[in-house]
Amino acid sequence: MSHAISLTVNGEARAVTLDDPRVTLLDLLRERMALPGTKKGCDRGQCGACTVLIDNRRVNACLTLAVTLDGAEVTTIEGLATGDTLHPVQAAFIDHDGFQCGYCTPGQIMSAVGLISEGHAGDDPERIREGMSGNLCRCAAYHGITEAVLDATRRMADADTASDADERASA
Amino acid sequence: MNLFDYIRPASLDEALSAWEPGAAWLGGGTNLVDLMKTGAMAPGKVIDVTRLPGLDGIESLPDGSTRIGALVRNSTLAHDPDFAADFPMVAEAILSGASGQLRNAATVGGNLVQRTRCAYFQDPWSPCNRRDPGTGCAAIGGETHNHAVIGWSDRCIATNPSDFAVPLAALDAVVEVAGPSGQREIAMAAFHHLPGDTPETETALAPGELIVAIRLPAGARAFRANSRYLKVRERTSFAFALASCAASLRIEDGTIAEARFALGAVAAKPWRVAEAEAMLTAQPPGAALFSQAAERALQDAAPSGENAWKIDLARRTATRALALAAAGTPARMPALPASTFGEPAHA
Ligand SMILES: Cc1cc2nc3c(=O)[nH]c(=O)nc-3n(C[C@H](O)[C@H](O)[C@H](O)COP(=O)(O)OP(=O)(O)OC[C@H]3O[C@@H](n4cnc5c(N)ncnc54)[C@H](O)[C@@H]3O)c2cc1C
Ligand code: SF4
Ligand code: FES
Ligand code: FES
Repeated sequence: MSHAISLTVNGEARAVTLDDPRVTLLDLLRERMALPGTKKGCDRGQCGACTVLIDNRRVNACLTLAVTLDGAEVTTIEGLATGDTLHPVQAAFIDHDGFQCGYCTPGQIMSAVGLISEGHAGDDPERIREGMSGNLCRCAAYHGITEAVLDATRRMADADTASDADERASA
Repeated sequence: MNLFDYIRPASLDEALSAWEPGAAWLGGGTNLVDLMKTGAMAPGKVIDVTRLPGLDGIESLPDGSTRIGALVRNSTLAHDPDFAADFPMVAEAILSGASGQLRNAATVGGNLVQRTRCAYFQDPWSPCNRRDPGTGCAAIGGETHNHAVIGWSDRCIATNPSDFAVPLAALDAVVEVAGPSGQREIAMAAFHHLPGDTPETETALAPGELIVAIRLPAGARAFRANSRYLKVRERTSFAFALASCAASLRIEDGTIAEARFALGAVAAKPWRVAEAEAMLTAQPPGAALFSQAAERALQDAAPSGENAWKIDLARRTATRALALAAAGTPARMPALPASTFGEPAHA
């Protein structure tokens, strides 16, 4: 039995017919939507390489059946930048050398975006390391990753404060 | 992965009538999809319950109990400020399990029904009485670091891996289920089964029964000032427990008025011993007392393989968890939930 689903991927409405319910979101993105930025590491929830946002919450795409996502909003690493302007987390990963081979990086960045919006880690390095523990890095670039997430957290908080101030000034 | 029919019912009634032998409920899928990939589970029908209405709230009932809908995500529950303030060791246990991504997907109902992490169970080519009754147990005589040291049988020595289940057992939670013959309630103490001769029967759920909610009784809130979950694992984060303990005390005028503690990762269910808890009542908190109670809780322990070390580890974990509980619930969730690292040296 085939299943027709509609979902939004990186802001774009997509209609998909799945003739097999076994397709994971990870395989749908990589094999059928030409979005290979989301990586397959373990395919079992253990490494975080496949992290994406579904309805703004970070999850593992490898354990998510695509057929369950009718109506969902998915954001992948390809959807983070605005034109040529990198998302603050992407910029911070470059500034702090948050990677070596780069394989885990899309997952790290998506996980960091999710973590920052959850808002429980703040700018405490220990809470950030704990909050990022679902993302393994074979190259062990952890030091740079933590620095990048910390810096991005601060930059995004500053930007929020600045835009609040702008709003107050214009009000 | 086997081929299956996928359906997503819109109501509880529709879900219950869609069930047939060999079907599986789909919550967050973080355990079911994983095991379908290895072939350890092969349901012919997957019934997605994640959009059933009315099962995703956390509510306070008039009798003072707290009711958690089965579809509430693990992260949502642990970060709910009222819930975490009332049941701190439940929140701490959840946050010590899995990862941020997995907790966002996992439902509380699915968490309770997650299968063992016995590696032989996950591998469909190994003999396993739990997965395929009558085939034997590859873990006996095999690798047993995450296997049971209490309540096991010669048919199966697996442990239950859920962190969440451990404080729920200590706090006398109740599981509300709906099934073909109506609604009923199952006490946490009776929810998970010890293996005995039928390790394939893991829980008290009858075929076709669905968890609809988990309820914490009003009295469970009385422990909020002195409650901790402690989890010893092979790395500080993102690892299953080797031994864990949910400990809670009600202390009045320097004396323990009531004590609850349950051990995790040592048996096929959270391990709670009434006599061990009773030893703590009407006593002033103290290291020697905690160690005697922990000893009592593990009185019937025996290694199921090369894991005698785990008995000692569990005893020390319970002793330490009770001491942490006596020291008081931290004002804020620790940066490393349920970890001994980052605790003050005197704890
Ligand atoms: C890498 C990794 C690390 C993990 N680490 C930990 C850890 O440290 N501690 C820990 O406790 N857990 C850990 N987990 C397990 C995780 O907590 C569970 O996978 C999760 O809680 C299951 O919830 P779910 O909603 O995804 O369940 P699903 O995968 O959807 O379902 C699990 C089982 O429950 C059944 N089910 C689902 N919903 C219901 C319902 N309402 N009523 C009856 N049956 C139902 C399903 O049929 C299935 O058999 C880890 C998982 C992974 C992949
Ligand atoms: S311990 Fe239990 S789950 Fe593991 S192989 Fe033996 S029977 Fe199967
Ligand atoms: S590929 Fe999904 S967690 Fe490893
Ligand atoms: S940068 Fe190589 S795996 Fe992380």
